[in-house]
Amino acid sequence: MLDKSKTPISERREGDVDPRMNSKLREMFGSIPIVTTTFDKVMNWARASSMFPFQFGIACCSIEMMHAVAIKHDMDRFGAGVYRNSPRQADLMIVPGTINAKLAPRVKRLYDQIPEPKFVVSMGSCTISGGPFQEGYNVVKGLETFAPVDIHVPGCPPRPEALLYGVMKMQEKVKRGESSPVTVKPYEIRELQDWSRDEVAEFFEDELEPDTLVMNYTHSPELSGSADVEDGVNETTPATEGEG
Amino acid sequence: MSVVTRRHEELHETIEDELPDAILDFDEHHNAPAVVANPSRVDDVVRILKQNGYNHLSSVSAVEYDNRYESVYHLRRITDDREDFDEINVVAPADPDEPAVETVSDVFKGANWHEREAYDLMGIRYDNHPDMRRILLPETWKGHPLRDEYDVDQPQYTTLEAHANPIEERYEVENDAALDTMFLNIGPHHPATHGVLHLKTVLDGEVVVDVDPDIGYLHRCEEYLCERLDYKYQIMPYPDRWDYVSAGMLNEMAYARCIEDLAEIDVPEYAQVIRVLAQELSRIAAHMLAVGTFALDIYGELNVIFMYAFKDREIVQEMLEDLSGQRLMFNYLRLGGVAYDLPEPRDEWFGKIRGFLDDLPGKMDEYRSLLEGNELLRKRAEGTGILEPETAKEYGCTGPVLRGSGVGYDVREVDPYGYYDELDWDVVTYDGCDNLSRVLVRLGEVEESARLVEQCVDILESWDGDREIQSRVPRSITPPAETENYTAVEGAKGELGIHIVSDGTEKPHRFKIRSPCFSNLAVFSELAEGEYLADMIATLGSLDLVFGEVDR
Repeated sequence: MLDKSKTPISERREGDVDPRMNSKLREMFGSIPIVTTTFDKVMNWARASSMFPFQFGIACCSIEMMHAVAIKHDMDRFGAGVYRNSPRQADLMIVPGTINAKLAPRVKRLYDQIPEPKFVVSMGSCTISGGPFQEGYNVVKGLETFAPVDIHVPGCPPRPEALLYGVMKMQEKVKRGESSPVTVKPYEIRELQDWSRDEVAEFFEDELEPDTLVMNYTHSPELSGSADVEDGVNETTPATEGEG
Repeated sequence: MSVVTRRHEELHETIEDELPDAILDFDEHHNAPAVVANPSRVDDVVRILKQNGYNHLSSVSAVEYDNRYESVYHLRRITDDREDFDEINVVAPADPDEPAVETVSDVFKGANWHEREAYDLMGIRYDNHPDMRRILLPETWKGHPLRDEYDVDQPQYTTLEAHANPIEERYEVENDAALDTMFLNIGPHHPATHGVLHLKTVLDGEVVVDVDPDIGYLHRCEEYLCERLDYKYQIMPYPDRWDYVSAGMLNEMAYARCIEDLAEIDVPEYAQVIRVLAQELSRIAAHMLAVGTFALDIYGELNVIFMYAFKDREIVQEMLEDLSGQRLMFNYLRLGGVAYDLPEPRDEWFGKIRGFLDDLPGKMDEYRSLLEGNELLRKRAEGTGILEPETAKEYGCTGPVLRGSGVGYDVREVDPYGYYDELDWDVVTYDGCDNLSRVLVRLGEVEESARLVEQCVDILESWDGDREIQSRVPRSITPPAETENYTAVEGAKGELGIHIVSDGTEKPHRFKIRSPCFSNLAVFSELAEGEYLADMIATLGSLDLVFGEVDR
């Protein structure tokens, strides 16, 4: 116990600190250790240092993602190792694998369920362009066609080290307070009655309820910006702008 | 072979006597004789063959020709006795405009899913099928993509609908709260489904009364793509991505075996030994993951069995990386051999493998004590998910799932390929029929694989002959036109078969993948119904599904 009245102010330290928690660094900050910084910096630093990835294994890349979390690579060392099973608890979405027409609406919905601020690391060639399956009839040509992506990790599949590097780059970005790019979203989940009528919408008119959620999916990139999605194309989305 | 030939002659007579109007013709495929059946009577033909011992329906493959559609049924005899092994194909040609074939799902329950797949991708309708829906593509999909006329550029819509309780009406009793059921969607994003599986589950309290697996969330058009690539180099990278749990070497072998058989390509002995070595290392890695994730399903958090399994997988993957240059997608096998010789310095690499093999018995004891010696796990896994051998055969289950029910069917044993015949190993079976047995089979197979690896290392170390890694293969591989071949290998999950139909060009006319996981998942609803929800998750883990292979 320091006797405050007798100790000169230059030697007096703020509060009684447990000697185990004291450090040379703390003493360097002077008699009353205060650091001044901006709120954004602290928030971004905290966000980057404890990212909660969303556990969502899709395809081959998820095996390497598991290796990145497991023994040897241990992603937890970099403050991004606590995988959450619910999108509502996560802020980093790692998308590891091929997305097809049936899965795409689900990925989109999961992405939408993650609370802001959220960040996306796309893993593997499939999430960049469709990868080796690009020519397939139901393969979505990259994650970026319907959700914004911050970091692309190329490879088929990328090594765990590559994923770690990607996540660390993501953390650097978050630490600097950079928001993710806003992308054009040709694939949008909407109700069937919202679509401007084209032959496809009319084809489904009898089969589906008007309030069924549907997603337009076209194979070729030229068609993806066709008439029925015209109001989705120019829409800019504030999807991943950080608060700070 | 004489036994088999005599049996074929007898069968010929039996079928002709009993069903004179059901048979159109007899044909010869590369792998086995084929019976061309009247499409409306094909179920009778298959039933007679089943009565004559062909008790395993490997796959149903739909092929398009200029003037007809064919559905080809590949039947096998499952026995422990190698001499008794035999296969036969049944071909049902169908009308090109309105293709329709009588269903065989009342003969083999496993045909249900296979026929749904053929309907989905090729548009052949199966009459009297209990559940003729699409299986891989969304319900709203337009067209059948494996047909020649399919337009890939047409716009498609996919829906995101709320799912209705499929058996609500059956349980709807007025003013009876005791029979109230609850509908629960599990997946496609769920940590316990090992990928993207969607289970439409109906619960009565905590008991599962109905479960309908909804697959196709990872359908990546593998068959469609392989039909557009040439045999020699372009197809080989794709097999790695079917069963992507490090089992790439086994998948590559499935493709290599089928086309080498069809195009009559020899493999040098040295390369065959390397192939067996690579395959068994793959199998160890794949089974390690199966055991680790099963424990994950039981305990629910990252736990010690999972971490140990991944530690060992890392070691195996490192050895495979030294060999092939990749950790997961090896692309190592070539037609007529392998891509590279063993890594230099060889002694160092052999030392690495021997070090791993020396440590393995101790590690296996540890796994066994963690799995078998754990009261909690035993309570969850013992006596749950009972799969009777007869049910398993009915659905076409293979691999550790079938061997966990006490049936010793292993393609390496009954229909040997490569160098397996020269080596000394055993088929592992357990007859508990429950979740624990299936996991113990995998642990046993890791040990058997280690035995095989050790023998291969011995052979390679003392190899003093010519180190020929690849035979001379023609620049372009063109199997004769109008031939077809179905062969299978023992993949990590079971019988992984390839059906190639050649049209005389250097690309396959039809490339059908018979995935073991697909059939193993088909039996799932039989296992889960009547169990607790938590046990259903354990059962799913013990089936060891990989969705790259289920959906292809």
